[in-house]
Amino acid sequence: MDAVFLTFILMLAVLLGFELISKVPATLHTPLMSGSNAISGITLVGAVTSAGSGGVEMATLLGTFAVVFATINVIGGYLVTNRMLGMFKKKESAGK
Amino acid sequence: MNTLVLINLGYVAAAVLFIVGLKMLSSPATARRGNILSSLGMLVAVVVTLLGEGIVEYQWVVVGLVTGGGIGVLAARLVAMTAMPELVALFNGFGGLASLLVGCAALFSSGGATFTIVTIALAILIGGLTFTGSIVAWGKLNEVITGRPILFSGQRAVNALLFLVIGAATVMFCLDPSNTTYLYVVIGLSFLLGVMVVIPIGGADMPVVISLLNSYSGLAACAAGFAINNIILIVAGSLVGASGIILTKIMCKAMNRSLANVLFSGFGAATTSATTFEGEVKPMTPEDAYYVLEAASNVVIVPGYGMAVAQAQHVVKELQELLEGNGAEVVYAVHPVAGRMPGHMNVLLAEADVPYDLLLEMDTVNPRMETFDVAIVLGANDVVNPAAREVKDSPIYGMPIINVDFARTVFVLKRSMASGFAGIDNPLFFRENTRMIFGDGKETISRIIREFSN
Repeated sequence: MDAVFLTFILMLAVLLGFELISKVPATLHTPLMSGSNAISGITLVGAVTSAGSGGVEMATLLGTFAVVFATINVIGGYLVTNRMLGMFKKKESAGK
Repeated sequence: MNTLVLINLGYVAAAVLFIVGLKMLSSPATARRGNILSSLGMLVAVVVTLLGEGIVEYQWVVVGLVTGGGIGVLAARLVAMTAMPELVALFNGFGGLASLLVGCAALFSSGGATFTIVTIALAILIGGLTFTGSIVAWGKLNEVITGRPILFSGQRAVNALLFLVIGAATVMFCLDPSNTTYLYVVIGLSFLLGVMVVIPIGGADMPVVISLLNSYSGLAACAAGFAINNIILIVAGSLVGASGIILTKIMCKAMNRSLANVLFSGFGAATTSATTFEGEVKPMTPEDAYYVLEAASNVVIVPGYGMAVAQAQHVVKELQELLEGNGAEVVYAVHPVAGRMPGHMNVLLAEADVPYDLLLEMDTVNPRMETFDVAIVLGANDVVNPAAREVKDSPIYGMPIINVDFARTVFVLKRSMASGFAGIDNPLFFRENTRMIFGDGKETISRIIREFSN
């Protein structure tokens, strides 16, 4: 794929990101941060490719470490976000 | 249909799930489902990649997934809500490190086109700086490293030199990617840069730093996506990059400072010599505070980092219920930069079962501040400091604050008479309508609660 096409995708995604995030209320900023942080663990896809493509040993080694760190980021990020969001309650449904 | 098309269709589905998931985060009612959709997107992306024809060996992938998954589950389960800023900082750092490693690994498989090499260099630089920057931020939040800005003479010159050397090393690396010495130099310098960028930043500015590192971790993934020609990395990475930038902007605006000012000024250390205020402090006991609260019909609670330190969110909720039972209306006023990360106070109060519709933003509370009988300031200092409004030479002049001094009575719960994090004396403490209640925040509130039950 050529560089111009990828850059085109990049610009659209950045603008979309600005639009989406500006609408998130302050009360959800921490879950937003940990949730978007989990999305940045998408680098896991690249890590899996490096670790599993059967290339030179060095690439496999680096890829495996990358898989470990990216998975911590992804799994930990989504779970902790879910845990936090589970605590947000509206007045009627909150306790007594 | 061939596999490549299928994989790319899977990526399109993943991107849609990420986008819809982020959109649903804009309301507390749908946020949890949004997060689940976003995690499904991640699952789809990883599964279609594993099914792709490029993957021939699974053992190392499985080892990595199991190890990382186990650590992630433990970390997410065990962390205390008060330690959330530290955890997010660490996760950011791991994401950055993973992107750096992906960039390095791509060196071995790429054809060596200049554009690819440049993006590999970017993935390494941003990833490395995110990694060490996050580790330093984690240390500062944990107080393993001092929370005060670390400054030394000639810091600017050293940093400028560092930028020049990084630029030169990156160019050399791109011209001759097969020379591993350049690779190691670039990695080492990116690590050094991360440390240098975060050490001069004070603890009170941490919300900005964490937002910024969040953005970098996305940009690193994005650069890695260019390096390995993968669209989903580019799309997801830039969504995160954009999100971090927006949060950074919101945080800077809430402190009335430019990003450059936060990053380079070493706030606090250099400005402690600024105006100090003199006056008489009027202390009050929790028992007397009870009599005032019992008569109050409108109460606003302003939490700050001190509430997190004292773990006082549960007793605060208890006090809120007692006051409500007594016929008073209770709301919370949360400043955008209260605490150590964006939304820090909201999460703590949510943990204590405080409904989120009672948490008001600064702009909602300020216009009706005169209607509150009592404003309780709990572990907040700079965000309620009237010097920001009145004293032109104050280092925080111009920062929007919660105007608690306009309430009829202000209770400031404070451990002792030390100044707040930024080392600024707060004229609020000497106001006619201010009463200082000294002691541990949690203990003080517990004592007021005991009075209610008597």
